[in-house]
Order: sequence, then C-alpha cells, then structure tokens
Amino acid sequence: MIALIFADLCDGCEACVTACPTHVLDAAPGGGPPVIARLDQCQTCFLCELYCPQDAIFVGPDQTQPETIDPATIKASGPLGQMRRDHIWDAEPGDLAPLREYWRLGPLLMGGAQIAAERYASRHGSGGANGPDKE
Amino acid sequence: MNRLELDTDVLVVGGGMAAAWAAIAAARDGAEVVLVDKGFVGTSGVTANAGPGHWWVPPDPKLREAAIEKRLQSAFGLAEAAWAERVIDTTWRTLPQLAAYYPFSLDGAGKTYYAGVRGPEYMRALRWYAIDLGVRVLDHHPALELLTHRDGSVAGASGYARLERRAWTIRSAATVLATGGCAFRSGLIGSHTNTGDGHLMGAEAGSELSGMEFSTIYTLSPAWCSTRTLPYTAARFFDAEGAELDIPPPMSDRAHFVELAKAMLAGPVFADLSEAPEALKPVLRRIQPATIAPFERRGVRLFEDRFEVKLFGEGTIRGTGGLRVIDDECQTTVRGLFAAGDAATRELVVGASSGGGSPNSAWALTSGQLGGAAAARLARSQGRRAGDAAYSQGRTGLRPTAAPASVDQRGAVEAVKDEMLAYDKAFWRTRASLEAADARLNGIWSELASHGQSKGLDQVAARETAALVATARWSIRAALTRTETRGLHVRADAPDLAPDGGRRLLVGGLEKVWTRFETPAHQTVQAEVAL
Repeated sequence: MIALIFADLCDGCEACVTACPTHVLDAAPGGGPPVIARLDQCQTCFLCELYCPQDAIFVGPDQTQPETIDPATIKASGPLGQMRRDHIWDAEPGDLAPLREYWRLGPLLMGGAQIAAERYASRHGSGGANGPDKE
Repeated sequence: MNRLELDTDVLVVGGGMAAAWAAIAAARDGAEVVLVDKGFVGTSGVTANAGPGHWWVPPDPKLREAAIEKRLQSAFGLAEAAWAERVIDTTWRTLPQLAAYYPFSLDGAGKTYYAGVRGPEYMRALRWYAIDLGVRVLDHHPALELLTHRDGSVAGASGYARLERRAWTIRSAATVLATGGCAFRSGLIGSHTNTGDGHLMGAEAGSELSGMEFSTIYTLSPAWCSTRTLPYTAARFFDAEGAELDIPPPMSDRAHFVELAKAMLAGPVFADLSEAPEALKPVLRRIQPATIAPFERRGVRLFEDRFEVKLFGEGTIRGTGGLRVIDDECQTTVRGLFAAGDAATRELVVGASSGGGSPNSAWALTSGQLGGAAAARLARSQGRRAGDAAYSQGRTGLRPTAAPASVDQRGAVEAVKDEMLAYDKAFWRTRASLEAADARLNGIWSELASHGQSKGLDQVAARETAALVATARWSIRAALTRTETRGLHVRADAPDLAPDGGRRLLVGGLEKVWTRFETPAHQTVQAEVAL
C-alpha cells in the first residue's frame, strides 16, 4: 500500500491524485503533498509512482495491510523512482529501449512451464504430464 | 458545484483497453465521443497492470483456419468460428495503428513485435490516441446508472465526478459499456475497480447476461501482493514443514490449481523459483518491473528465497461471462446499448474455457472497435434525442424500495468474497453449496435493495457493493442451473458433460434472478421456417 508522499520532494503537481485509479488520494486543501485519504482502496499497483515526475512516492510491498516505514532508509536504499527508471517511462518517442526485451515474455513464460512439466513427468513416469497446449 | 450536463453522439463507459478502443473507433468514424471512467484512463483496470498478448495470426487462410479450429476444440461447443475469424482479423489490422503512440520494438528476429504490449505504456498510448482523435476523456467520473427513453432504448448515463464532487448527466444517441469484468474484490492486481458496475447498469436497463457460470479461475502470486505471473511458471512448492508438494505443472490447467488449493486449505504453501529459466533472471526487470518491486521492497530474493503464495480469483475477468451480445456489432439485448471487453460475454470466441490472455485481449480490442463503430453508426442514423424524456434506471444503493436505513456494505462484500472466491466453495461446487450461496446472497440483495441509500461520493461505493452482489448472484444461479461440468464450470456433483449442455446459459433479473438456455441460432431459423 502507498506509505508516504515525501513532502520535501513533492512539488504539489497532483499528478498522482489524477493517476490513482482507485481514488486513494485527495488534493491537499492548501496545496502541497496530496493526502492519503482512502488507504483501504489502495491495490498496491505502483502506478502512482510511475506517474510521479518528482519520484516523491513510496508504495510499500504489502497489499494486505498498512506498513510503517523509515523515510530516511527508503531515501537511502533506492526505491524512489525505481518504477520510472525500470520502465524507462520518459523515453523519447521512437526510442525502442523501453520494450526491447519485451518479446521474450512469451517464450520465457512457456520455458518455465516446460521446466515444470518435464520435472513432473520425470517424477511420475512419462505419462504424468500433458504436453504444452498454450499459445 | 453545478451539475455537469453534456449531450453527445456516443458515450463510452469504462477506461480500460476495450473502452479506449471503442472510443477510438467511434471518433474515427466521425462521432462526437465522451468517455467516462471511474478511475484514470491509463491506470484503470486489469490491462494497465498487465502485459496483454493479443491473438496474432497472419492473414494466411491456412494458419487462420488452424488457429480457429484449435480454439473451437477447447470451447466446448459455445463459441462461433465467425467470431474467432473476426477477432483475429480485426486485431491484426488494428493494433499496428498504435505505432505513433506505442514504441513497438523488435521480436528478436528483426521484425516489429506487435502482439504483446506492456500495460502502462499500452494504456497511455490508447489515451493519447483517443484524445488526438477528439475523444473527450473524463477521468474519475464513475457512472452510477443508465438512462432510458420511454421506448426502452438507452438515452445516456448519470454519475458522480469524484474529484470535482459533483453529479453529471450525459445524454447520448448510443452508449457502450466497457466497464470490465468482476473479480469479486479478490485483490487481483488492477481489479479493485472491476466490480461488475456495467453488468448491474445494463441489467437494470433490461440487458441479459450470458456465461456467468464460467467465473471460477485463479492466478498465483505471493501471498502479500498480487503480481503478474511470468516468474512463477517453473515454481516448486513446499508446505510449512519444508516437504515438497506434488503439484501438477501449470500446463495441466485445472489440476495445477486444484492441487494448490487443496494444499492451501491445509496450510501455508511456499514457492521456490530457483529452477526458473536462467535466461529469465537477468531480464525480468526489463520485462515486468512491477513484479520485482513487491519482492525487493520486502527483502525477499525472488529466485533464491522460498516465499508464501496464494491464489487470487480472476472472476469474470479471465472467466468468460458478461453482458449478452446479440449481433456482430456487439449490441446487447437493449437498443442503443453496446458491450465490449470483459463487460461482454467472451463465450463467442472462447466458449467455456478461459482462452488465456491472448484471445481475451484480442476480444477486448475487437469488441471495442466493433461496438464503438456501431454506436457511431447508430448515432448518425437516428440522431440525438436530447429533447426526449429520459428515465433513471439505477435502483439498489441509490433508491431504496422501503424506508432508508443503514446497511452493512462491508459485510455484503465479505459475503461475496466468501461465496465466490473461497477455495472449498469455488473449486468444488455442488447443488447444496450453490443453493446455500444463492439464499445468502438473495438475503443480502434484499437488504440492500430495500434500505440502501447514498449521497455524494458514497454513491460510488454503494453501487460497487450492489454490483458485486448482483454479479455474484448471477454467477451462482447460473452455476446452479448448469448441472454438468463444462470447461471452467466444474460441478463436483456432476463431473461429466451433459449431452444437451452445449448451449449458452442466459441469466438476468434483479429482484428475482432468472436463467434460460439460449436457443442456438440455427434452431431459431428452423423454427421460423416451420412457421
């Protein structure tokens, strides 16, 4: 769940208030960092981080309960902005870098499934598993 | 603040990929289009968190025939070859149109890779494309109810703008419901907003649903956070004592999940990913960044440490049911109302099976394109009717039938989760378990309908609760009526296919739920000829 919007990093643009698909955030009445108003609606999708140009938001990993965090540790350990960096979210149009490896998703997914199928078959004799049938 | 009132050709309700493709199609046809979404077009719904692969078959008749044949083999008699062909062809022609907005890269063999796209970038591209075509996108404008004309046709919708905190009414010549499926608040990533809102609004206006019994399907994730599943397909599983569990592989489909569910009913289950493909380990971050964050931030080494897993229900998202579509333009049984994506039944393409990701994405794209274009055509041919009277159709949660009183919404949602998601009930449905669920949900519905009332922002949650309960009732009643096992629908007390079960099962009704097996089209034609 979203844990903190760092007041010293936030510039009050409210992009996260708009981007949050589940209406977790309210704009602060006097400007500044938005207020986490409906934490129970947070689904831990990390998309507010992706849409925060200031890398000011930290979403905790647990979707089942609120978490207490140490802001100084979070700042020092590197997760702020990680989602945007990993996605290469701000790449220029025409830059193919963000999705260069993306075609490998399907083959790697099937590769893992194949490993599981062969392992199961070897434990149960050759008739133990169905062959691959998925696209 | 003053009420927002608009008048348009086409209104699209929803904000995922089907809604965006519908708005794009209608705008490209020259219609004035307003799209209202409960959340934000770009992050809303299950596509935004996913990596949708689209059914991708080149226009070679032999290849397409083979792909369709294979699909029909797993459809258990409920799909149609013509729909499969339409979906493959529309997807092939349409997806590359997004090239100006989405950075399609290469496929490893030097060709452009179109079929698979990453959710956040895909939805951002669809948003940009729609806006460039002139679509008026209204984020955080959840629809609460449909409006109808005196003749029963749909006249638009009303809702509540939750950031501006004001009511809205939009009159439209044609309306597309693309509000997604319903995951019954399972916690599945991206599905918090997928509460069956469109199912409820459609049914209130007179729409029928189909295939709601095909709603039992799960996905594996760490127990603390639902993610995409790419790293888990080679997983080994262990119980709390460290003994390895004998779980059939993912390719075995139901057996994989049944054995996992059995083990989870007995105690916590842990996954070990050390045997995942070596090639995956260095590249996962480049493919699915959001899958890594829940591990890194918890201090769990994804491919080294054992971690607890559970199953997150996908309901009608990867299940197949939804609003019934009666023609090849995705019209529902109500004039002026179209359905697209997971809000519509996907049986037409995948029948009683899930279909996995790729036919589902292709269906969402295609039904959006077809429904959006048809809505634009209807608007052009009949014109707007903003001067005609329009009647509000929303009931439960908005307008109680008896004295308003406080109702237990949280308890209602918990009951839905229990009846629709609990492993023991969902994997081993019986007449007795379904009748108990039916009675329990009918009681809750009666309470909500009699006394539930809401104002302002609270209307959104009240309607979500009503939609969850309604959708669960249709799913349970359909499961009760289909006394056989077919595809995703498994009855522990009726484990075989019934000889006459190869028909789609329709369901609907609010105060009283009804079911009816569809008469196959060719039988209808014969009956007419006989007359």
